[in-house]
Amino acid sequence: MAEFVYFQKEIETLPESKLKALQLERLQRLAAYVQQKVPFYQKAFAASHLEPDRISSLNDLRYFPLTSKAALRDHYPFGLFALPLNQVVELHASSGTTGKMTVVGYSAADIKLWSTVMARSLACAGVVKGDIVHNAYGYGLFTGGLGIHFGALELGVTVVPASSGQTRRQLDLMADFKSTVLTCTPSYSLYVAEEARNYGLDPLSFSLRVGVFGAEPWSEGMRKQIEKEWGLLALDIYGLSEIIGPGVAMECPGQEGLHIWADHFLPEVIDPKTGEPLEEGQEGELVITTLTKEALPLIRYRTGDIVTLTTERCPHCERTMPRISKILGRIDDMLIIRGINVFPSQIESVLLKIPEVAPHYQLVVTREHHLDRLEVQVEVSPEVFSDEVKKLEELQQRVLSEIESTLGISVTVKLVEPKSIERSQGKAKRVIDQRQI
Amino acid sequence: MPIRQVSIFLENRLGRLSEVVSLLAKNSINIRALALADKADYGILRLIVNDTDRALEILRQELFSVNETPVLAVEVDDRPGGLAEVLAILVQNSINVEYMYAFVAKSGGKAVVVLRVEDLEKAERVLSYNERKLLREEEIQGL
Repeated sequence: MAEFVYFQKEIETLPESKLKALQLERLQRLAAYVQQKVPFYQKAFAASHLEPDRISSLNDLRYFPLTSKAALRDHYPFGLFALPLNQVVELHASSGTTGKMTVVGYSAADIKLWSTVMARSLACAGVVKGDIVHNAYGYGLFTGGLGIHFGALELGVTVVPASSGQTRRQLDLMADFKSTVLTCTPSYSLYVAEEARNYGLDPLSFSLRVGVFGAEPWSEGMRKQIEKEWGLLALDIYGLSEIIGPGVAMECPGQEGLHIWADHFLPEVIDPKTGEPLEEGQEGELVITTLTKEALPLIRYRTGDIVTLTTERCPHCERTMPRISKILGRIDDMLIIRGINVFPSQIESVLLKIPEVAPHYQLVVTREHHLDRLEVQVEVSPEVFSDEVKKLEELQQRVLSEIESTLGISVTVKLVEPKSIERSQGKAKRVIDQRQI
Repeated sequence: MPIRQVSIFLENRLGRLSEVVSLLAKNSINIRALALADKADYGILRLIVNDTDRALEILRQELFSVNETPVLAVEVDDRPGGLAEVLAILVQNSINVEYMYAFVAKSGGKAVVVLRVEDLEKAERVLSYNERKLLREEEIQGL
């Protein structure tokens, strides 16, 4: 039986009534804060006749306006920030839905908060002092790498900032340092295991005992496979940069749902069509209110992720924090390619900038050797078709580099015959996802 | 005098080439010469046919990406060195050949090659100056 470890045991195991009182107090403070500091919320509150000082129960949350990803885009880059930039110590960005990036900012206190919830998450996975965390999430604008890093520092464990890529070197580092914890996307962990065997190394001979895997959906079947390959305990972590990054919710070794750190991130599940809150246990869109963030506080942020939520006590650990299920799906057509979010609309906006190509495209996603591969198929219209191979190659290369520089992931571009992309009821089927997760 | 070549964009998939050729056959279009440029994912089929206008019309109806490209059809002596002589003329005049392919049929005992060059007018001029016969579209149809 796995041992349960806590970073902030008192708060993580707070009785439900006390947790609710804390959430309410923080919600009241948050509402007043955003009304004062963020014109967007000031207007939204006025439009829905919401007076922060009249909030008397957590049930009042349902009267608050929802915040969508589009709001972040519309206020690019800093329009939703509640603090002036001289109080923002770190910025991250991810490519947005239509070409414009989604920018998030952190105050010094927000970084401390991020470190804390990540330290809680690592502890929740059973990581203790003496562990060596091999962090193969990408470092950079993507929040995955740095989030895990901050948490490891906060928890006081050794972190190896391996970042992504250069798999052979990653294997050497893990073998030589006798790393005990692996953090990366679940698919990458399988790819690394396969590479290990290609180099004649037995994944079971490594010292890994725990894996903290996230940034993409994965099944129980995949979990079993990873655990068997590496001989470790594979646990799911959840997060999104808009809320804070990784460390919003984390599975304990009981592997029955992810504990969401609800003293900071207030969760709800809504019907994505009507926006109405759903009964506990019903499948719907996860909506999160950041109760304590300073630089970019968000009210009822729509994550787009489909989950179920339960406040039932965890049958394994002592945490009282509510639990969300693994991500069951998306409300939109967002794809996750090697842990990076990609919207078909992003590809479309790139193609629209290249007048020679028809805006008819199709995305084919496959997984080969545990790595996601995104193929963008573009139709060669009679207008653009050149008898010269050279010109077609140039066009292909241009589409490729435009997409790669906008999305920050590598893709392949395939030229296809006109009208070969299926059009159903005037609207093309944009995405063919052949991955078996 | 340039002749018109029909160029067709084709995806690399089983039976695609056969479909195009069958479509032309069904419409009684005779292929006089052909070449296929193949890349990993796609190819360009280049054809000289007996009825260029009709071929273009049919292919467009079937939604192929098609265009017509001007090329030269040059008579070449059917003996070792025959082609080399023609190409030497072009090289001496700094004319770059993009691609070329040969006719199956002969013209008055001579072989015929299709040439696509960067500077078509100049190529025409220097080949004529060197007394090389360039075939016209009507002549091709009779071959």
